[in-house]
Amino acid sequence: MIDVINLEKHFGSNKILKGINITVNKGDILVVIGPSGSGKSTFLRCLNCMEDPTGGQIIFNGVDIADMKVDINIHRRHMGMVFQHFNLFSNKTVIQNIMLAPVYVQCQELRKAKRKNIITTFTNIFRGKDKKKELIPITTSKSEIKKNARDNAMQLLGKIGLQDKANVYPSTLSGGQKQRVAIVRALAMNPDVILFDEPTSALDPEMVGEVLDLMKALAKEGMTMIIVTHEMGFAREVANRVIFIDDGQILESAPPQEFFSNPKNPRLKEFLSKVLA
Amino acid sequence: MGNFGQKVSKFIEIFIEQNGYVRVLEGLKNTLLIAVIGLIIGIVLGTLIATVRVIPKYKVLPRVLNGICSFYVGLFRGTPMVVQLLVFYYVLLPIIGVKMTGVQVSMLVFGLNSAAYISEIMRSGIMSVDAGQLEAGRAVGLSFSVSMIKIVIPQAVKNILPTLGNEFIALIKETSVVSFVGAADLYVAFNYIGSNSYEFMVPYLVMAIIYIVIVLLISGGIKLMERSLRKSDRRN
Repeated sequence: MIDVINLEKHFGSNKILKGINITVNKGDILVVIGPSGSGKSTFLRCLNCMEDPTGGQIIFNGVDIADMKVDINIHRRHMGMVFQHFNLFSNKTVIQNIMLAPVYVQCQELRKAKRKNIITTFTNIFRGKDKKKELIPITTSKSEIKKNARDNAMQLLGKIGLQDKANVYPSTLSGGQKQRVAIVRALAMNPDVILFDEPTSALDPEMVGEVLDLMKALAKEGMTMIIVTHEMGFAREVANRVIFIDDGQILESAPPQEFFSNPKNPRLKEFLSKVLA
Repeated sequence: MGNFGQKVSKFIEIFIEQNGYVRVLEGLKNTLLIAVIGLIIGIVLGTLIATVRVIPKYKVLPRVLNGICSFYVGLFRGTPMVVQLLVFYYVLLPIIGVKMTGVQVSMLVFGLNSAAYISEIMRSGIMSVDAGQLEAGRAVGLSFSVSMIKIVIPQAVKNILPTLGNEFIALIKETSVVSFVGAADLYVAFNYIGSNSYEFMVPYLVMAIIYIVIVLLISGGIKLMERSLRKSDRRN
C-alpha cells in the first residue's frame, strides 16, 4: 500500500534521512524505533508530507505523493495521523473535533457536484437532443451529512467509552482521554493507514495503558498502522515488523521476535541493551 | 466660571431649540460609522495580511506577497492618520478621478490604516497558537486556508481580543480628525454649537463625556465577548 523509495530529507545541509526504502502492506503494523535525533519522527512526518521530502518517492495507493504537484490534501484524508501532543482543536468540542473533517470534506464534494450539475444543465441547452449529458445524482444533503457524521462520531466515542464527554472542550480531558479522542478523530475519516508519532510519550505512566489498549484493539481489527514509539513491550506484542532507524537509515528490519531476541546490527544491540536494561 | 449655569442654559437652548441635537446625532452616526466600517475593513484586510506573513516562505509567490505586505504595513504605520486622509482626499482621488464624500474617504482610510496595525496584532495572535493545531488540521486533509479559517484564526482572535478592543477604541477617538476632509463628526457638531453661541466650554465638555461613554460601552461589550470566547479554556 505504501512504497517508500529512496526517501531523503535534509534541512539545509543537515541530512536527516539518507535514503529510506520500505514497503508497508495492508494490515501491517510497523513499529519504528531508534534513538532520539535518529530521524524516525521525520520519517513518519515525511510519509504524509507534513515535512516535504527533498528526494525519493512515496507511492501511496499508486500515486507518488512526494511529488509537489499532487494535491496532498486528498491523500491525507486516507492517512490518519496521531501526534505526541494530541493536537486536538482546542476551540472545538470533542464531537466537533471528530466531525470537522468528515463533514467539511463531504460538504465540499456535495458543493462540487452541485456546481457541476449547474454547468451541465446550462450546457445541455446548447446540446442536441440525443447528446444531453447526465446530471450527477445528488442523494444527500448538508444536514444529512452532519447527522451521519454525528452518529458515526458518537459510535466511535462509545467505542472508547467517552460518549458523556462529547460536548466538552478538550481542555477538560485527561491526557489519556485526549489521545484516545485524537485516535478516534483520525478514525472518523476511515483512513487506510494511521501514523502514530510517539503517541504515549507525553502521557502520565498510568494513562499509557489505556491508549495502548485502544491501539491493540485497532490492530486486531486489521488497521494498517505505522508507529514510532519507545514502548518496547508494545512493539514486541503487537508489531509484525520492527525497524530500527539511526542516522537517517534503516539499520535493521525484522519481525519482532527476531528483532528483540537476535539483533544483528551492533548499533541496535547497543541500543537495546540500554533501553531493555 | 462664575456663570456656569448661564453657559449651560445657553448650550441647552442651542442644543434643543435650534436643532443642535440633529447635528450631534448626525456627527455621532458618522463617528461610529467610520470607526465600525474602518474596523471591519481593518480586520478583514489585516487578517489577510497577517496570514500572508505567516505562510512559510520558501517559494517565490509567498515571498513577493510578503514583501508587498511589509511595505504596506510600513507605509501606513509610518505616516500620521491626518496625512493619509489628506493625501487620499486631495491627491489620490483627484488623480484617479473618483468622487467620494468625506465620510466615505474616512471609512476607507481608517480601514486601510487599522489594517496595518491589526495585521501585526493578528500576526502575533496567529503565532501564539500552537503550531500543532495547524498541523492537526492539515493531517486530517484540510487545506492551509481552511485550517486557518476554522481552527487557527478563531483561537488567535480569542487571544488578541483585548488588543483588538484597544484598536477599536483608538479608532473611535481618532475619528476626531476627519473634519480635515469635510466629514461631519462629533467634533464638527459641537464646534458648530460652540461657534453659534460664542461659548465652547459646555459643548466641548459634553463632547468629552460622549466619547467616554462610547468607549466605556465598547470595553464592556468586549469583556462580555471575551468571556463567551473563553469558555473553551474553562475546566468546569
